[in-house]
This record gives sequence, C-alpha cells and structure tokens, in this order.
Amino acid sequence: MINFKAAKTIYLFEMARMKRTLGQSVASPVISTSLYFVVFGSAIGSRISEIGGVSYGAFIVPGLIMLSILTQSISNASFGIYFQKFTGTIYEILSAPISYIEIILGFVGAAASKSIILGLLILLTAHFFIPLEIHSPLWMIFFLFLTAITFSLFGFIIGIWADNFEKLQIIPLLIITPLTFLGGSFYSIDMLPPFWQKVSMLNPVVYLISGFRWSFYGKADVGVGISLSMIGLLLVFCLFLIRRIFKIGYQIKG
Amino acid sequence: MALMRRDFGKDRLLSPMISIKDVSKTYRGGFQALKKVNLDIQEGEIFALLGPNGAGKTTLIGGVCGTTNISSGKILVDGKDNVKEFRHTRSLIGLVPQELSLSAFETVWDNVNFSRGLFGKGPEPFYIEQLLKDLSLWDKKDSKLMTLSGGMKRRVMIAKALSHKPRILFLDEPSAGVDVELRRGMWQQVHKLRQSGVTIILTTHYIEEAEEMADRIGVINKGEIVLVEKTQDLMKKLGTKQLSIELTQPLSQIPHELANFELKQEEEKLIYYYDPRSLDTGVSKLLETLSRLNLSYADINTKQSSLEEIFVELVKK
Repeated sequence: MINFKAAKTIYLFEMARMKRTLGQSVASPVISTSLYFVVFGSAIGSRISEIGGVSYGAFIVPGLIMLSILTQSISNASFGIYFQKFTGTIYEILSAPISYIEIILGFVGAAASKSIILGLLILLTAHFFIPLEIHSPLWMIFFLFLTAITFSLFGFIIGIWADNFEKLQIIPLLIITPLTFLGGSFYSIDMLPPFWQKVSMLNPVVYLISGFRWSFYGKADVGVGISLSMIGLLLVFCLFLIRRIFKIGYQIKG
Repeated sequence: MALMRRDFGKDRLLSPMISIKDVSKTYRGGFQALKKVNLDIQEGEIFALLGPNGAGKTTLIGGVCGTTNISSGKILVDGKDNVKEFRHTRSLIGLVPQELSLSAFETVWDNVNFSRGLFGKGPEPFYIEQLLKDLSLWDKKDSKLMTLSGGMKRRVMIAKALSHKPRILFLDEPSAGVDVELRRGMWQQVHKLRQSGVTIILTTHYIEEAEEMADRIGVINKGEIVLVEKTQDLMKKLGTKQLSIELTQPLSQIPHELANFELKQEEEKLIYYYDPRSLDTGVSKLLETLSRLNLSYADINTKQSSLEEIFVELVKK
C-alpha cells in the first residue's frame, strides 16, 4: 500500500526548498521569459507577419512556456534527488519504509508542481504583453501537467545518473535547450525547407510544443493525437527506467 | 558508569529480532565486503560490532536497513524478509549513519519531523519535544542545522533516527568526533533506550564503549564474523591478566630461578602474564620465589587486558 504521508513529507520538503530559493526558482525564469516577450514579441515580433493567423508575439507564448516547463522540470527534479545524494541524506529515503513510488510522488510531484506554477506565472506575464485567447483551456492544462510530470521524471533520472554538478547541467544545456529552440518555439515547422521539416520530426520537443500550441490556437504542426502519444511514450519510458534504477540500486545503493 | 547487562545466551528461546543468514556482498568493482555472514541479534540486547576500517560493518548495517543491496543470503527482521516485506522491517528500524549527513538550511525541528514523516507517521509534537529535551537539543530546535556543532549534529542524527519510535536502533560509529562528556551522555541515552526495550546495534572504534555497554560483542574482519560472544565471557575467555611487580631495586638480569615464569622486565618492574581462569595462576609461586630470593618489592598491581588488546589479537589472526 502506498504510504501517502511519506510521499507528502518529501513533497512538502521539496516545496519548502522552492520557498527558500524563491528568487532563483521563480523570479529569474519569469524575468528572463519576460525579456523574450519584450525582444521577440514586441521589438522584433512587431516586424514579423502573422503565422497561421496568429500574431508573432502570441505565437511564441506556448513555445516560451514549454521552454520554461522543460528546463525547470528537469532542473528541479534533477537537483532535488542529486542534492540528497551529494549531502548523503539519501540514506534516510532509502532506509524509510517506502518504495520508489512514494519517492517519485514526492520528488517528481514537487518538481512538476513548481514548473506548473512557473508556467502559469509566465502565462500571466505574457498576458501583460500580448492579448491572449486560449482555444481549449482544459487541454492546455492537461498538456502542461503531462509535460511537467514527464520531464520531471526525466530530470529525476538525470539527478540519479549524475555524479557531479557538471553532469547535472550537461543534458539540460547541451540537449534540452537546443532541442527546444529547434522544436518550433519561435517558428512553425512548415516555415522550414522540406528536408529540415523531416529532420525536425525526430525532435520530440516538436510534438510537445505543437500539441501545446494547438490548445492555445487550435492549430498545430503535428496531429494532437500524435503529440499526446509521444509525450505518453516518453512518460512510460521514464517510469520504466526509474523502476529499473530502484530495483538494481543504480547510483543510489551500494 | 557500569551498565546492567542482560543475559543473551545461546539458550534463549525467543526468535531473534534480526537474523542474518549466509549474507554476502560483492561490490561492482569485485570487492567482496561480506562473506557468508551469519548473525542473530536478540530483542532488547545491545550488540556491539567491532572491526577495523573496511571490515564490512557499514555494509552489513546497510544490508539490514536497505541502503545496500546484498548479493546473496537472507536477512530477517522481526521474522520478516527485509526485501520482500521491507515496509514492515524498515518501519521497525532507526539508523544513525557514520557520516554527519544533514541538509544545511532546515531547522532542527523541521528536520526531525521530516524524518518522522518519512515513516508515514503523523505529527506528535510532545514526543519530539521530549526527544529533543532528552538529547539536550530543545534550545536549538529553531536553529538551522548548518549552525550546529559536530556533537549537536550527531545528536540531531540520533533524534531523527528515534523520531518514529523504532524498536531497533543502528548506531554506526556514534561517538566519532564526539567529546568525552557528550559520549557519556550518549551512553546514558542508549541505556535508557535499552530499558524501554529497544534493540541496539552499534559499531564503534572505541573499544571502551563496547566493553561498557554491550551485552554481546561480534568481531568482523575482512567481511567475516570472527566471533560472537557475551562481553563478559569474551573478557573471561580471552582476557589475560597482567601482574606488575615494582621492585625496590632494579635487576641487572632475571635470576634463573624465575626463568619458568617468562617474566618481562621494564626498568624496576617485573611483568607477569597469567590466565585468571586457571586453577594455578602461578602468582603465589612467583611471590614465594621472590621472597626466597630476597627480592623486595614496593608495589604490586594487576590489570585485566582490555577489549582493545583482545580485538587486536583477534584481527591479527
């Protein structure tokens, strides 16, 4: 039986960490995203024509939210578990009467919550710069949750895999950020030459941003079903990997 | 402070609180930390596990508590398999690891309550308050962990391990880096816990600590349990006594009449080792011979060999 009290304890512990580092956790991503809106939305965006009937400023909103959700989910979840390893306090989690399910609920739940809060704050910030209408608010929330959870799981795996701070940063910096920029955050995939359109289809982030943008404007580069399937596939893969990690004790147990 | 010992002899009928059966552990690099270890620990006893660095003490504790995956064998806690029924077995255990592993930015109060929460237990502020008072931490309850001294951090670790009222407490090197006064205080705390029925397993480098507190002592060396004995039996069995005779005048050489006693000469002292359990210790004969040879002495004293000396002898084998 799942020990929800233990999961809640880990969750609240991790959320308290966000409160302690409020500036780093919330303010800096909101400020940097606001700067994107000022530069790309207002300054440069005003000189770019509409994309699919949506102003450029509005067009980049889902991509910018997704960019933050992805990087924050990974960084929060990876740092949370890595810090426990780094300080040695992970012994408490491993010797407590809990399974990987409670650990995931606690750590990944908190990391996902933080990035969802952040995503909504960015949406609110965007509202000050650009008039926004959301085509399917429920789908938007669903995509937000699903992406935050999936990438928090992915971040958790990175946190377990990493055995130094450099490794902790390397995947978000060298893989996730480029994939997000090339995944249609700032442009529509059909603006690319046919060859690069095909190459882009290998980028999983394309499906996330496309699905999320569909929830805003009802238009997508890729079918919504395909987007959902891709996120679902990634979610199942991450869950499977985490289960395996705890079974063999990879990088966490002697 | 001599603590009351309980009798945890082989004739005890109750099933053991912890039963370690043929447990081996080989790390990924190929190092075999445990080699078919068998050990039973009874409910309510204080068991001291002694061994040099790298002997396998922490690995064995990790295997019981769940922080280490064992390679083969079985560990039962309260009669239950600690892998298949980990929720039950871990709920009984409190662990104080060797390293001072604490998060820096939390308060003592929050951190101890966090540990309790991990065991799925709801808040019990009166119990935690009493626990912190018992460990002289109450006035530090709102202090951040990073501001505490090493000794206080060690006590916070104990408070965390006791926060869910465990029936078994593992103390891995509890006195490392702790001053004498604090160590004595900790021993009293351990004694109180034992009186309340908690089974305590401690590893230590301070032989005095094991000698003072433990009902039984196990010695582990190179991943193997070398022996398990009641502390007093071990002292009796392996403890030789030393008779030190301080002569009024030093001898230029030991007279041939004393050759049978295998005496050691240290300036004006003659040292004689004997087995206190023997019917004929040779002490009377030695003193008679000294009188016969008109060798006068100013002082005589005897000393029981310490557990440390026994331990060094055991691991040398």
